[in-house]
Amino acid sequence: MSDDQLDIVLTVNGEPVNERVAARTTLVDFLRETLQLTGSHVGCEHGVCGACTVRVNGEIVRGCLMLAVQCDGAQVETIEGVSDSGAVADLQDAFVRRNALQCGFCTPGMILTAQELLDTAPAPLTRDAIREHLSGNYCRCTGYHAIVDAVESVVQARGRA
Amino acid sequence: MKIAADSPPTLSALDRPNSYIGRAVPRPNLGRLAQGRGHYVSDVMLPRMGYAVFARSPHAHARIIRIDTSAAKRAPGVIAVVTGAELATVITPWVGVLTHLKGLKSAPQHAIAIDRACWQGEAVCAVVARTRAEAEDAVELLQIDYEELPVVVDPETALDPETPVIHESLGDNLTFERTLDAGAVDKAFAESDAVVETTFLFGRHTGVTNEPRAIVADWNPGDQRLTVYQATQAPHMLQNLMAKHLGLAEQQVRVLTKDVGGSFGIKVHTYADEMATAALSKMLKRPVKFVADRIESFVTDIHARDHRVKARIGVNNDGTITAFEIDDLTGIGPYSVYPRTSGIEANQVVSLVGGPYTCPNYRARARVVFQNKNVMCQYRAVGHPIAVAVTEGLVDLAAAKIGMDPLEIRRRNLIADDAYPTQSPSGLKFELLSHHAALAQLDTLMNYAALRAEQQEMRKRGIYRGIGFASFIEVTNPSAAFYGVGGARITSMDGATLKLDAQGNVSVHSGVSEQGQGTDAMLAQVVASAFGIPIERIRVVTGDTDNTPYGGGTWASRAAGIGGEAAWQAGKALRQNVLAVAGSILQAKPDDLDIANGLVVDRGTTNERLTLEELARVAYFRPDTLPPGFQAELAVTRHYVPQKWPFAFTNGIQASYLEVDIETGFVTLLKHWCVEDCGTIINPQLVNEQIRGGVVQGIGAALFEHCIYDERGQLVNGNMADYLVPMAGEMPDIEIGHVVSPTADSELGAKGAGEAGTAGAPAAVMNAINDALRPLGATPLTDMPFTPGKVLRALGRIADTP
Repeated sequence: MSDDQLDIVLTVNGEPVNERVAARTTLVDFLRETLQLTGSHVGCEHGVCGACTVRVNGEIVRGCLMLAVQCDGAQVETIEGVSDSGAVADLQDAFVRRNALQCGFCTPGMILTAQELLDTAPAPLTRDAIREHLSGNYCRCTGYHAIVDAVESVVQARGRA
Repeated sequence: MKIAADSPPTLSALDRPNSYIGRAVPRPNLGRLAQGRGHYVSDVMLPRMGYAVFARSPHAHARIIRIDTSAAKRAPGVIAVVTGAELATVITPWVGVLTHLKGLKSAPQHAIAIDRACWQGEAVCAVVARTRAEAEDAVELLQIDYEELPVVVDPETALDPETPVIHESLGDNLTFERTLDAGAVDKAFAESDAVVETTFLFGRHTGVTNEPRAIVADWNPGDQRLTVYQATQAPHMLQNLMAKHLGLAEQQVRVLTKDVGGSFGIKVHTYADEMATAALSKMLKRPVKFVADRIESFVTDIHARDHRVKARIGVNNDGTITAFEIDDLTGIGPYSVYPRTSGIEANQVVSLVGGPYTCPNYRARARVVFQNKNVMCQYRAVGHPIAVAVTEGLVDLAAAKIGMDPLEIRRRNLIADDAYPTQSPSGLKFELLSHHAALAQLDTLMNYAALRAEQQEMRKRGIYRGIGFASFIEVTNPSAAFYGVGGARITSMDGATLKLDAQGNVSVHSGVSEQGQGTDAMLAQVVASAFGIPIERIRVVTGDTDNTPYGGGTWASRAAGIGGEAAWQAGKALRQNVLAVAGSILQAKPDDLDIANGLVVDRGTTNERLTLEELARVAYFRPDTLPPGFQAELAVTRHYVPQKWPFAFTNGIQASYLEVDIETGFVTLLKHWCVEDCGTIINPQLVNEQIRGGVVQGIGAALFEHCIYDERGQLVNGNMADYLVPMAGEMPDIEIGHVVSPTADSELGAKGAGEAGTAGAPAAVMNAINDALRPLGATPLTDMPFTPGKVLRALGRIADTP
């Protein structure tokens, strides 16, 4: 029943969205193709690489493992939304200053995942804890060292050390 | 807070007023990438765009008997269903050979297979539909009848008389063979105190760019032009190939490369499905998009490193290395990849083995064979990881045999730092390397003596830690010797065009391209320094064949050394032109003036004379006030190609410190070091991050990454869950040190740094594992990747065969 269409109502980055979507459409395809929010990326399409990470009702999810129709009534936030709100401005600034991104394809997912760590993990946040938390997000460029440095600097700046 | 740690305290000799050479300035393109506002090819959407999806052969080798497209053509949203034979009316096939690799042969490869598929994953039919989902649905409706053919999978038997020949017209399955015999090898082995022999195996692996390969091709029949949005490393090369095989002039093709989600050599080749997408656009007269999914990526992105190397080393009891000998065998799939060929990696292995050492006796044979697996071609550090692992693995085995410390045996055999210029037994020409300075710095950086003491202490407690070294050389800044002399239209030169705009700001248009390594920042730094303007007033444009000088792009660690030098020369030339205008306005001699911090100043005193804004205003809007006959030239182009040396070799040494759990076979990486010499360092932060990223890709090869094929030529782990890549939690912190030996071939003196990490890391990790296990009497591990199972087998804890 691949062409079953359903109406969904949700909030994306604070804006109301009413759309009719095919039931099989993944959340990340819906965001990228229907809403043209291309900051969430498609890397593996089976929940491994973390490039499609977005927030649904405050928790990070894999946009490729969730269907758009499952987000009916939900609050969805993408990298575009958290960038505009300034919620991750210090992380983004640290990533830029530390060159913690090269091609940048993993970065939106990496920043949302790092933000979750900063929001929820108990102190102290060691380098090992940062590495462990980011292990579901693949980066092929940096070797991770610079990413850990950048997140660690924000941990310190936010008083989470 | 470690963010400032990469800024060195001193500037280089290239320091001018407001120089940015040697400084860790942030990259201009990072703001948009960090905000998710990049523009990757997969983000491109155009009016009337169709989505291409390919039916791919499920068999490693099969005759295509019949393709029934009728049901697919009737499926919702389908625009066209196109077979290989139909597509061949708009695109010609290609053959991946280079004339300087003597004897290299291959067969014509089509954009979509006609009659026969030669590997699992080769495209056999295309569907274009309004959406990707509809195209994928329609592919399911294709009825394709195959007749399976015998497969050639094992390189060891590919040349046997009873093995089927994949391409009958070629006569056999031998793609390319190279032999080398330098010095007096047999005599040297005969007179050695000890000879050590082993076989090294390298697991076939691939680049796994986070953004899969992607292309949007837009043929506009109205102006008879093809615009190709492609995540390529070499826009001008691609422009040529698209034009050539679609029957167009190069100026009818525009290649646009915006943000690229990782490349590492994966995105510098001709891919049949990408060429097919361009042909489909031409055929259908509308934009067509193709984005590989992850499973397609694993069976079609080039693979690399599938080598078996039998190797031996001779050594005397005083540590002198007397001879190296290797026999390399590699299977490269059914076609030599176009246009760079699949002979280069084995060729590099032959050239590079023994490269850091003084030993004059070296014999090598490399054979490259066809097989029915995905194609292999150049991936980051081409050949280096193999040559370095073979060389350094042998050196460590020799040291163990004679009971010498591994750092000491290297010290006794590395080419002396004052011996340059010199050349290797394989004919590589070295301008200036610094092996001993690098080794000494590494010794201090890692505190080797203390680590050895710690290792010994740990062993008493049953904890097995190992220290492994790898000295290396790296090919960078390639001249035409790499591809041009072999007949490929891949330029080794690069250009930069600078323009002073009407507000006195500068734009840089360069033929090198940006894949995340920081090319745009490097170009801005070089131009800001050479011209004399704050870096914020530079705008860099790359990745557009309509708007950049002809150039090679980014591969073989060439962007800074070659593209950077062109930009440096262009910056100097624009300064002279601007000072000529300033001289006219100020009634001064241009030689008495300079540009600093965006101002025309008196040379020497740096007293301000004129702003660039004012100069530009006069030049563009009041040229009537300038002297009669004076024309302001506010745009310049300069090109650069290395001429004195075929390649600018770099060098360095890496060390790995790790712990092996002898119960589980798991390897825990504790720390990694790399001291390298890439000449002038334009941006230390970018150089260090290239090395760190490269090291981790090399670690992936040593411990995790492996494209596993079964005996039918089926890739059995072609997805990200089963093909392991390094994750943050498993990787160590990586400390970097530098020695600086600029190349005198250019004024900038920069050599490449993109591949050093990948070149040396697998060898360092291998040697560290074997160092850890040596007191346990384990068989030395030489079969990458070193999985826990292999470690336990080496320890004799589990049986040899599963």
